[in-house]
Amino acid sequence: MEQLYIDLENYLGIGTDSVPEVVRLAIAVLVLGTIFLLAPILTIWVERKVAARFQNRIGPNRTGPYGLLQSFADVLKLIGKEQIMPAHADRIPFLFAPLLMVVSVIMITAVIPLMPNYIGADLSIGALYFVAIGSLSTIAVVMAGWGSNNKYALLGAFRTVAQLISYEIPLVFSLLVPVLFAGTMSMVGITQAQADLDYWYIFLAPASFLIFLFSNLAEIGRTPFDLLEAESELVAGYQIEYSAMPWGMFMLSEFLHAFLIGPLVAVLFLGGWDGPFAEDVPVLGVVYLVIKSMAVYFLGMWMRATLPRFRIDQLMEFNWKFLVPLSIANLLIASFLWELFPEPAGGGLVDNFPRFIVMGGSSLFTLMVGLEFLRRKSVEDRERIARLIDEKNYPLATADQTGVAGD
Amino acid sequence: MELTWELVAFLGFAVMTLGSGLMVVTSSNLFHSVLFLMTSLFGVAGLFVLLVAPFLAAIQVLVYIGAIAVLMLFVIMLTRQVMSRPELYNQQMAGALVAAAILFLALLFVLTPLADEIGGDVAQVNAEVIAEADDAPDVDYITVEELGRAFVTRNGFVLPFEVTSILLTAAMIGAIVVAREDEA
Amino acid sequence: MLDVYAPVAPLFILAILVGGIILILSRLMGPSKPHARKVATYESGMRPIGPAVRRLPVQFHRVGMLFILFDIEVIFFIPWALVFRDLGFYGLAVMGVFFYVLLIGLAYEWFAGGLEWEQ
Repeated sequence: MEQLYIDLENYLGIGTDSVPEVVRLAIAVLVLGTIFLLAPILTIWVERKVAARFQNRIGPNRTGPYGLLQSFADVLKLIGKEQIMPAHADRIPFLFAPLLMVVSVIMITAVIPLMPNYIGADLSIGALYFVAIGSLSTIAVVMAGWGSNNKYALLGAFRTVAQLISYEIPLVFSLLVPVLFAGTMSMVGITQAQADLDYWYIFLAPASFLIFLFSNLAEIGRTPFDLLEAESELVAGYQIEYSAMPWGMFMLSEFLHAFLIGPLVAVLFLGGWDGPFAEDVPVLGVVYLVIKSMAVYFLGMWMRATLPRFRIDQLMEFNWKFLVPLSIANLLIASFLWELFPEPAGGGLVDNFPRFIVMGGSSLFTLMVGLEFLRRKSVEDRERIARLIDEKNYPLATADQTGVAGD
Repeated sequence: MELTWELVAFLGFAVMTLGSGLMVVTSSNLFHSVLFLMTSLFGVAGLFVLLVAPFLAAIQVLVYIGAIAVLMLFVIMLTRQVMSRPELYNQQMAGALVAAAILFLALLFVLTPLADEIGGDVAQVNAEVIAEADDAPDVDYITVEELGRAFVTRNGFVLPFEVTSILLTAAMIGAIVVAREDEA
Repeated sequence: MLDVYAPVAPLFILAILVGGIILILSRLMGPSKPHARKVATYESGMRPIGPAVRRLPVQFHRVGMLFILFDIEVIFFIPWALVFRDLGFYGLAVMGVFFYVLLIGLAYEWFAGGLEWEQ
């Protein structure tokens, strides 16, 4: 943080003595906050363009060059729309839910190291901090669902909560792998450890990387985990009664959260700002971080465009019977192999190559074994349903297929 | 008393904790009570941060707000009696007030001598602690790691640590037995 | 000591301010013409039937319980993971025993069908 002041002073031309510390802190936070708040407006455009290309469309192209101003137009439109307060709504939870949602997401940005020495707050519990703060969005969802006084909203909200809390478990277990390797929970410490090592933790634990990415995608509730919105069954889940900017706030926080997955994954598994010459020229660190984040973001968009939505029973069993055991197994295997094959004295890529093979290989192997079990289970499942339909002459939509939770 | 940022934060969190704590017991809507309970617990997490126990604060948010309070919401929604009667009024306000007052006095009489015994001048002790903490900026890094070491050392808590896993297993089995649908 | 947390508080205030200002701005700029049909609870175009607040299926409770247990389990892993590098195989053995007992619980849960959404 000290460094942030000093560099900001250099860049922004603010004298050290003329301004009290509080003001400087406020400016630093304002700069960081503005960057992260503007980011989603741009990533929404990126996402629209990419999603359009996946669907063989062009995407927004009328507002501004390449449709770049589309998101700004949307924001302006949303501000001018009418806010509808539904009848019998519980006003306070209804009004505060979007605010809490946005706050819980913005707070995550505090612990992301942007470049060497640049971070909002170097908390010793950084990796746990963002999980804890992120879990506040659960409450925002419940408040929205309850406050709306709507059946769809309430059922959607509680499904969402069940999903969010379930996927927190594999999230934390796979997060512990880099923590264990680095021996610290500080996001700065984890990045620095990877920068010192000349390699990134993804080589040692590719399966944990994938689990972390997947459970993060579930946390923001995007396809294939978008049961919370499930247009065809729940209309829009907990957001149904929202209109105008309160609805926009839910969208904003979803996109900001989706964007933040990139930096978080990059910091934990891809070395954060680490890259050639990053330590000497800190600005390069931001470039590397953004490139890595966008690569991760692209993976998310790819999955969103490719995969169909889970059923709720599939969603839950995928988590409890696949991701949770796999993430625990990966943590234990990674720790065991780390002891068995300690860091070679010299370090460097070549000396570490056998470790990549053994640790990365066994990590991927467990993932493969898990996937094979998953495949067999799903084949069995499909056959069972087909048999049921044949035998009992069921109409096509059985309770099994729709997955609607009965009362 | 000097007005520092820490003091401002402490007062803010204290008001948050106590105020929403009061709302928990006076609110007539069970759902609102749980929301206030969450706010109150969040205030406690803030107090933990001020006490240089960030790990405890994170766990407070993660487990108490993120898990236990959410389970309370689930339980409220599961209970038919409560759902059909959203407004619940407390008819034993007077008794509760007397009990709370007695408890408060008891705590006061127990804790005040204890504080005298430990510290003597509380302000002086605080100043010493703050001075020490300033000398060692990494002090909160150490506490979680010390906890980790204490969990595994033979003279420390290795036996309680292992026994905890039995407790958790028992709870896991209990959870499924309780939630069996055929017995519900 | 608490200086590391200094940026979190202004960020919190900034987040609330930004969110609040946008919401209030939207309220001021947008029209407000409530109408009985407009504010009525949305139920796919039908008149709402019965109360909006229904009893939840019991599965949600089970998931909540499972989550608490695993959350606590995770929290026991964290301090261990932080010091793991200094502990060596001894630390691994301690965690192995801890996890082995939990594995029994997990296995019971699995075979009793506790991990399934619909029993």
